[in-house]
Amino acid sequence: MPLIEARGLGVRRGGHDILRAVNFRILPGEIVTVLGPNGSGKSTLIRALIGLEPGSSGEVTRKPGLRMGYVPQRLHVDAALPMTVRRFLSLPRRVSDAAAAEALGRTGVAGLEKRQVSALSGGQLQRVLLARALLSSPEILILDEPTQGLDQPGEAAFYKLLEEVRAATGTAVLMVSHDLHVVMRASDRVICLNGHVCCEGTPEIVSAAPEYRALFGMGMGGALALYRHMHDHDHVHDGCEHDHDHHHHEGADA
Amino acid sequence: MPDAFLIHAALAGIGLMLAAGPLGAFVVWRRMAYMGDATAHAALLGAALALLADLPIALGTALVALAIASLVTVLSSRDRAADTILGVLAHSALAIGLVAISFAPQVRSDLSTFLFGDILTVSIADLAWIWGGAAIVLGLLAWRWNALLTATVNEELAQAAGLDPRRERFVLTVALALVVAVAIKVVGALLISAMLIVPAAAARSFARTPEGMALIAVLIGCASVLAGLWGSFIYDTPAGPSIVTAAAAAFAFSLAKGRRAR
Repeated sequence: MPLIEARGLGVRRGGHDILRAVNFRILPGEIVTVLGPNGSGKSTLIRALIGLEPGSSGEVTRKPGLRMGYVPQRLHVDAALPMTVRRFLSLPRRVSDAAAAEALGRTGVAGLEKRQVSALSGGQLQRVLLARALLSSPEILILDEPTQGLDQPGEAAFYKLLEEVRAATGTAVLMVSHDLHVVMRASDRVICLNGHVCCEGTPEIVSAAPEYRALFGMGMGGALALYRHMHDHDHVHDGCEHDHDHHHHEGADA
Repeated sequence: MPDAFLIHAALAGIGLMLAAGPLGAFVVWRRMAYMGDATAHAALLGAALALLADLPIALGTALVALAIASLVTVLSSRDRAADTILGVLAHSALAIGLVAISFAPQVRSDLSTFLFGDILTVSIADLAWIWGGAAIVLGLLAWRWNALLTATVNEELAQAAGLDPRRERFVLTVALALVVAVAIKVVGALLISAMLIVPAAAARSFARTPEGMALIAVLIGCASVLAGLWGSFIYDTPAGPSIVTAAAAAFAFSLAKGRRAR
């Protein structure tokens, strides 16, 4: 039985379709990554799956009583709010000192309990957020661009940590990313999104798919693939090539 | 032994601060200062309407403050850049309140009571109202404390944990309206938000956790009440403003302390 399933999900905001006809499911223990350029609706999809955003068509079903651990894209703790890491881990449910210490140890930031959340580095904060999510013993961890603001080694270490957590706890992992290479190795399944699902499959299948290459512009080869792709589909506007016009350089550099 | 009116005044101020300390911390954390202003100024309108309709003043202030606070909550949650609207509302509420009061001739004479409070004439009945209101606010905040705090840190985090941030906002709205209705007698409509913000802001430098900040805000607030009343007695200055002045001095001191700690 899937933990979360979406059928024909559409989200419309301000007269624009952010998502159209998205079918999605995630099974227990799976690591699924949603890839897509900026503005492709990745965060909206995650928010709709969690229930933070109402869909305008289709339906989202979650396993009854599903325990979700959510790691938001950013967490800004206002300097006016004093908050130690230890106190933060007890939001919204109090946890024991031992459980808090164990969670921090598991995410590689043992001993940070007395530090102020607002004074943590980007990498420390991500690990503290993950530790907090793990404290609810989630069946699924949901992470929205968890490595934003981390450097390359930090990113690789964070994905490795996610795999370790999955191996140790059996939790499913659903994450959103706009970077390609590092994240794909850690995933069982990858979904390319650009308003709708462009392609889906194992990392190997997806990285060879023309839709994926079109979406992210693979240098000259990518441009050629795009050309062929558009040529093949030039009367079908499926949205996957759209991004290429605007973000070609950014995609090629990624 | 100080006079009874001074003891009543001290008890009124301390009762108010028991609720205003923790609530003020939320006002500071959530940057609701304008909302505090709008609600406090609406209390004046509420008092005027209550007088005109021959209803108890406390009831009128509580109801109108609740209405304005709800309106502000809706406006500010719909649009994060609602700063201007809040400013308009806060000052319009004050102006309309002043206009409305001019239709109630029996109050015109002691308008300053409503603007600056009259803590030195607090009666036993007033004390019961102040402590009762403060107890309700404290109970409300204690009941929702962890949920309120989670929603204050990050609304999405709260939602993903199954909480409803809108409900938590409403809890704060009700608490704010109650504190305003309680405080109008103590410090008056113009200085209510000072009693919320200044002790909490002063507490920030000394606190490491949210609970610590709320508690220190209560202590600083109570000390300000006593110091302000003492100053008012010795130098014959108005009591409400003297209390706020004492709190402002505590804030200035905390800034110096905070800079040294850093």
